[in-house]
Amino acid sequence: MRVRNIAALLFLTFCLCTGLIANAHAQSFEEALAGFTTDEYSDTDKAITELAASGNPRAADIIGALQDGRLYFNTDAKKVYIKDKSDVPQDAATGTPASGVSADDLSPVRLNNRLRRTVDAALGGLTLLSNDPGRRFDAAQSVFKSREESALSALDTAIGKETDPRIKRALMEARAAILASKTDAAENVRLGAIETIRARGDQDALGLLSGIAAASEGPLRNAAQAGIGAIQAKLALWNNLQNVWYGLSLGSVLLLAAIGLAITFGVMGIINMAHGEMVMIGAYTTFVVQEYIRSHNPALFGMSLFIAIPLAFVVTGIIGIAIERSIIRFLYGRPLETLLATFGLSLILQQAVRTIFGANNREVGAPAFMSGTFDFGGLAITYGRMWIIAFAIIVFIALQLVLRLTPFGLRMRAVTQNRRMASAMGIDTNRIDALAFGLGSGIAGMAGVALSQIDNVSPNLGQSYIIDSFMVVVFGGVGNLWGTLVAAMTLGVANKFLEPFAGAVLGKIVLLIFIILFIQKRPRGLFALKGRAVEA
Amino acid sequence: MLTWLRKRIPGFGALALAGTLLSGGAQAADTIKVGILHSLSGTMAISETTLKDVMLMLIDEQNKKGGVLGKKLEPVVVDPASNWPLFAEKARDLISNQKVAVVFGCWTSVSRKSVLPVFKELNSILFYPVQYEGEESERNVFYTGAAPNQQAIPAVDYLMKEEKVKRWVLAGTDYVYPRTTNKILEAYLKAKGVAPDDIMINYTPFGHSDWQTIVSDIKKFGSAGKKTAVVSTINGDANVPFYKELGNQGIKATDIPVVAFSVGEEELAGIDTKPLVGHLAAWNYFESVKSPENTKFIKEWHDFTKNPKRVTNDPMEAHFIGFNMWVKAVEKAGTTDADKVIDTLPGTKAPNLTGGTSEMLPNHHITKPVLIGEIKGDGQFDVVSKTGMVPGDAWSKYLEGSKDLIGDWKDKKCGNYNVKTNKCGGTSS
Repeated sequence: MRVRNIAALLFLTFCLCTGLIANAHAQSFEEALAGFTTDEYSDTDKAITELAASGNPRAADIIGALQDGRLYFNTDAKKVYIKDKSDVPQDAATGTPASGVSADDLSPVRLNNRLRRTVDAALGGLTLLSNDPGRRFDAAQSVFKSREESALSALDTAIGKETDPRIKRALMEARAAILASKTDAAENVRLGAIETIRARGDQDALGLLSGIAAASEGPLRNAAQAGIGAIQAKLALWNNLQNVWYGLSLGSVLLLAAIGLAITFGVMGIINMAHGEMVMIGAYTTFVVQEYIRSHNPALFGMSLFIAIPLAFVVTGIIGIAIERSIIRFLYGRPLETLLATFGLSLILQQAVRTIFGANNREVGAPAFMSGTFDFGGLAITYGRMWIIAFAIIVFIALQLVLRLTPFGLRMRAVTQNRRMASAMGIDTNRIDALAFGLGSGIAGMAGVALSQIDNVSPNLGQSYIIDSFMVVVFGGVGNLWGTLVAAMTLGVANKFLEPFAGAVLGKIVLLIFIILFIQKRPRGLFALKGRAVEA
Repeated sequence: MLTWLRKRIPGFGALALAGTLLSGGAQAADTIKVGILHSLSGTMAISETTLKDVMLMLIDEQNKKGGVLGKKLEPVVVDPASNWPLFAEKARDLISNQKVAVVFGCWTSVSRKSVLPVFKELNSILFYPVQYEGEESERNVFYTGAAPNQQAIPAVDYLMKEEKVKRWVLAGTDYVYPRTTNKILEAYLKAKGVAPDDIMINYTPFGHSDWQTIVSDIKKFGSAGKKTAVVSTINGDANVPFYKELGNQGIKATDIPVVAFSVGEEELAGIDTKPLVGHLAAWNYFESVKSPENTKFIKEWHDFTKNPKRVTNDPMEAHFIGFNMWVKAVEKAGTTDADKVIDTLPGTKAPNLTGGTSEMLPNHHITKPVLIGEIKGDGQFDVVSKTGMVPGDAWSKYLEGSKDLIGDWKDKKCGNYNVKTNKCGGTSS
């Protein structure tokens, strides 16, 4: 009954937008709106469906506001309001600013998951003919998921009008999804629909076909199963690519965490257990920058990471130099003492951050360009991970350039190769040590900015990366930046190929054992430095 | 070198942080001392610091009402620094040297197991406020957090009934609580007719931060044409990257809902919850519950911490109930003597914060309502389901080894009494 109602009304809305039927629906529109004012899930559910069926041009706006949590009601007045972007309430029924309504009297219309699905389905049906191509595409996707039969006629109209081939295909697929699972449709129609879904060939299509295969018999079942087989074969290939991508992404995180250590440990030979805390401080710098922007200039939020990166570099760099000058320079050549001192220091830094910021995680938001996914063939690539890979590569290249092309890089390499000779040539080795340690720490701080996007910003952040960082540097070969790059990527990809069948825990153990055995065979790592520097 | 470091780390933690412990100092003879054994430093500080604060508040409030038995209560705070052996040392210090009458403390199961022999040997009382895996009932311990039948099983029931879930992902951190809970849930689901193919179990290491593969596996598992849900026993820190990855890969609560047992208001304070709206959590208390007791409690908490933004959570409520039960039992027994208080506690009733009254059971667990909440955009929960009072089971009915066992310290004086063989001790098979 309900379903048929919507179908009829949608049809009327889309085809006969005349004043003739407006009156008849005005009443049901008002009644539907009243359903939002009772704060009962079942009433809200009814209200959404009735509203979608009312054919009122305001319906899409109201349901859209409900989806965004901007729909409010007042129990006493039995009125419903929409808050616009600046939190000003509008009368939902007319869309005009509501006067004399205080925000205290308004409570939001609550949703649960079941209602959210109703909202998605209703909105999908209502926005199929929207002027905005993005919304039309989203509407097609949500109809594909909801498979609401009532949307069929609207879909046919939309397909007829659509000019954008991408949206047209999405609309056809949505139509096919409805037809394929419609048990009273003709068999050849359903078979054709299954073909369309098969051509879509993604995870959602697979789910849909599995459902159909389980619920039908004969040629339909065979067609669905053939479709499942074809999609699975195609996905299996993409799956491997997906693993490579995940591996590169994990590798880039390892690279970021380890590359600063590759300078302090790899090049300078300092076992710096407080390296992870530099990463952590970098992440907290991001938090502080974002807090400041939130309270002073929210419009800049999208830029927060670009502001945080140089700041984190400077802050952690200065802390690094201070550590080198006050502790580490007295301990050169005594690795065990350095290890103990820096370990103690890492605990002090952790507790200091815990005292200043509290033990709880801090919220670091993701700017718009870091959130969301896009599909690349069968790969679902998240923007956040993609930018982190890019950032890791940029940091790596920049560091190589600094070491190769700048006077500071030249001096630093001279000091690590032969300290006394460099000193005899007039290089202030103390200063170079401090700056090199500051550089390593500063890079760790920049890594912290990136890691704040994917991990907890808590005082323990650094601890989880310190072991992995040492592992990468030792595996890659101490003193070799290229080794660090190759090691990070190898470990990342190997981990991601092991994980699906060995599990995350066992995968990690297998890798550790592999590295232990590898180090037995090649104690100097993948790319061992040769020559006199090694013996010094 | 790695194992060497790993071995050393807790030891160093203890050394470096032993200095941070606060102790009672000089004390008057006519006070009753209450021990607070929660980590204030190290990894668990994130969760446990709050519990120390709430205990200080409860003791403060009680002293304003005149204390207990005409004496003031005196809190003794120690810092076991998230280090399990140190928990036992600190517990011994509290009981033997500080002579506390009762201890409120521990968070992880391993810390509870570590202090257990100390409490048995020195015969003292521990109130343990965190939801845990069950399969335990000790004379000296009172469990005010949820047992699996007060959290996990009602949550699964809710998903079956309301969301019509047919396929289940049991995802957890690799340690005793998730493993035992998932064993119970797996047995329960199979008893409800779920095929083994429709259950996927996944474990990850502590602090796991790269969830790409697992989340995409969940997505794949969820596209078999049946409604799928994730039951998450993922612990603490690993949750933030997990939820971030769910949001990034576009898994919405309307597609694959995640119900979590370790994610509360405190944990959500560190995440942007907009992409998580609709995912679920099962607890016995939510800050958003509307009841006069809760409003009063939240106001006291904000006044005490001088921070109107501090959230409240489930283990805090457990301490609230446990502390009030202890006060009542001491007043009824007329003494703080451990044996007398242990015998008086079962049957003691105290109000909880969701508008009901909890009772201490003979198995040293309490009765609690089970609440299911959906995450809202502001980091709070919208309660979508609430049961009546559920008595906590010390031993799960769904596990082979424990289905015939009960804990009964009132009549049988036994923590693992077998109702089939009528004997104390052993297993049921």
